[in-house]
Amino acid sequence: MQSTYSKEFLQFLYRQMKLVREFELRAIEERRNGLIPGFIHSCVGQEATAVGACAALKVEDVITSTHRGHGHLLAKGGDPRYMMAELAARSSGYCLGRGGSLHISDFDLGILGANGIVGGGFPAATGAALAFSMRKEERVSLSFFGDGATNQGTFHESLNLAGLWKLPVIFFCENNLYGEGTHLNRHVPIQDLAKRAESYGFPGVVVDGMDVVAVYEVVKEARQRAIAGGGPTLIEGKTYRYRGHYEGDPQVYRLPGEMENWLKRDPIPAFHKDLLESKLFTPEELDAVDQSVQAQLDEAVEFAASAPIPQPGEALQGVYAETHNGLVF
Amino acid sequence: MTREISFSEAIREAMSQEMRKDPSVFLMGEDVGPFGGVWGVSYGMFEEFGEERVRDTPISESVIVGAGLGAAMMGMRPIVEIMFGDFLMCAGDQIVNQAAKARFMSGGKAKVPLIIRVTSGAPGSAAAQHSQSPEAWFMNVPGIKIVVPATAADAKGLLRTAIRGEDPVLFFEHKMLYGESGAVPESEDFMVPFGQANVIREGSDVTVVAVGIMVKKALEAAARLEKEGIQVEVIDPRTLVPLDKDTIIRSVQKTSRVVVAHEAHTRSGPGAEIAAMIAEEAVEYLDGPVMRVGAKNVPLPYSPVLEDFVLPGVEDVEKAVRASLGR
Repeated sequence: MQSTYSKEFLQFLYRQMKLVREFELRAIEERRNGLIPGFIHSCVGQEATAVGACAALKVEDVITSTHRGHGHLLAKGGDPRYMMAELAARSSGYCLGRGGSLHISDFDLGILGANGIVGGGFPAATGAALAFSMRKEERVSLSFFGDGATNQGTFHESLNLAGLWKLPVIFFCENNLYGEGTHLNRHVPIQDLAKRAESYGFPGVVVDGMDVVAVYEVVKEARQRAIAGGGPTLIEGKTYRYRGHYEGDPQVYRLPGEMENWLKRDPIPAFHKDLLESKLFTPEELDAVDQSVQAQLDEAVEFAASAPIPQPGEALQGVYAETHNGLVF
Repeated sequence: MTREISFSEAIREAMSQEMRKDPSVFLMGEDVGPFGGVWGVSYGMFEEFGEERVRDTPISESVIVGAGLGAAMMGMRPIVEIMFGDFLMCAGDQIVNQAAKARFMSGGKAKVPLIIRVTSGAPGSAAAQHSQSPEAWFMNVPGIKIVVPATAADAKGLLRTAIRGEDPVLFFEHKMLYGESGAVPESEDFMVPFGQANVIREGSDVTVVAVGIMVKKALEAAARLEKEGIQVEVIDPRTLVPLDKDTIIRSVQKTSRVVVAHEAHTRSGPGAEIAAMIAEEAVEYLDGPVMRVGAKNVPLPYSPVLEDFVLPGVEDVEKAVRASLGR
């Protein structure tokens, strides 16, 4: 594995996963402290899918994300300062404090947005790919979603259209075994969601969602296929979330023993171990990466905590691009 | 230079002229391609523009609207066509939770120049799921503009404003207006602004604010009432969001009596918003209640006799005008 990739790239993957993990843990803490007023749906445990997938995308590619989107957004290049500021409802946040965790977006980074509606992002990802196809641009869109979202009507409509028109869109399912509080076995009648691609005429691929390099490789291949006109791919990353659907979720729904088994496969310690075994890294080098991540997060929290709170009147701005005759509506 | 063309041709002309000028404009929807649209609005466009820019879609309203949204965010200017306004509910989340809110939730950064053209209204015996006038369902959702042309010229001018604009628009085309002709400017730049009502007929006794198909019914009622010496002013708001309140209020100040007429159901229809607005901002000018004319609050029936009973007609506008005058 490691011999194919540069030390720089491997360190990048490691650092990105650490950044996502530590961001989430810090956000959870700040939610408890009251810096963050709204709900957090953390992605702890799902770092490899977010980071591996986004590492295979270019900055001109776009993603749609979910309610559990902090990892996707950071992995696509989101700055933790502006993300933390958005969570803290400050004017310096990505969405000027108007969107919050569920709706963070940045069009310069190709982040079309987290989404508070399960399955809400499929159509926009399909439409973005349509735009790229119509303008003959070498860009793809990637839609992140969970196992639960594959049961929404928009999944079917979007995959059908994308398959029919051979659009350059990658559908990436993070199957973490739960649609909110309901186990996979109680919300779908099948085991491998990747099989659903067959109905739409394109490949469905299962990948170990705890293996960041495996995820990267699968997405890279899907991207190449899409750029070459081969159409969409449905990728299913088998993964697990270590925390509740939302922070505060009592999680009474976990199957006994399941968490313990998945904790043993935590993607970050696993990759850390691989990097040391490869002899490309010393423990001190990786510790230095860890420390730099902590420092970056300290800065992000500091930035957010001291960022300005929006003025009430700002709530009336940015609804429309154009007003008419000065009409306020 | 104007000439007589139909409402439907005027819409086709606006789309075609814009598509010739701007390669980012395209049309997408069910049967819009070789079929020419179920209502014939895109007749000939597939032949002119080809399958890349006049796209037939599967029967998938959510992704028709939502892919339009995604393409708009990436710099295209999509016009998506939804065959019947009733089917907007199939795309409900994409309209209400996604398109209408994308700009605001993104802190003003998302671009959403998405036009959703949709037919509305009862063509006669199409029954409950194919006859509705859904404007008011979406008036309650901040973030989307709502346009209801009543004439061929307005259809062209308002659609062009929508296409060149930067915001999501729901553009309602009443099925029974498609065949109506009017004088329409040929110009490739003819635009009708949003938020500007049209005082289509002046009068000093009663203001009738009429929406869509009720404009022509209000004009018919006005012609009949004139014979009795009642002078009716008919105002066509043209856009419900944004609403030209000033023109309406100026008229109320003049006449002191108001009727609001629309084909949508009366309860919480567009008239409810307009009536409340008048009560809030011009109550001192009113000499009587604001009367509303709309469909009765029942699903639209299939039988012509039943449908006729439920839908508002010219007589209903006449009756409301008299009621507002206390007669």
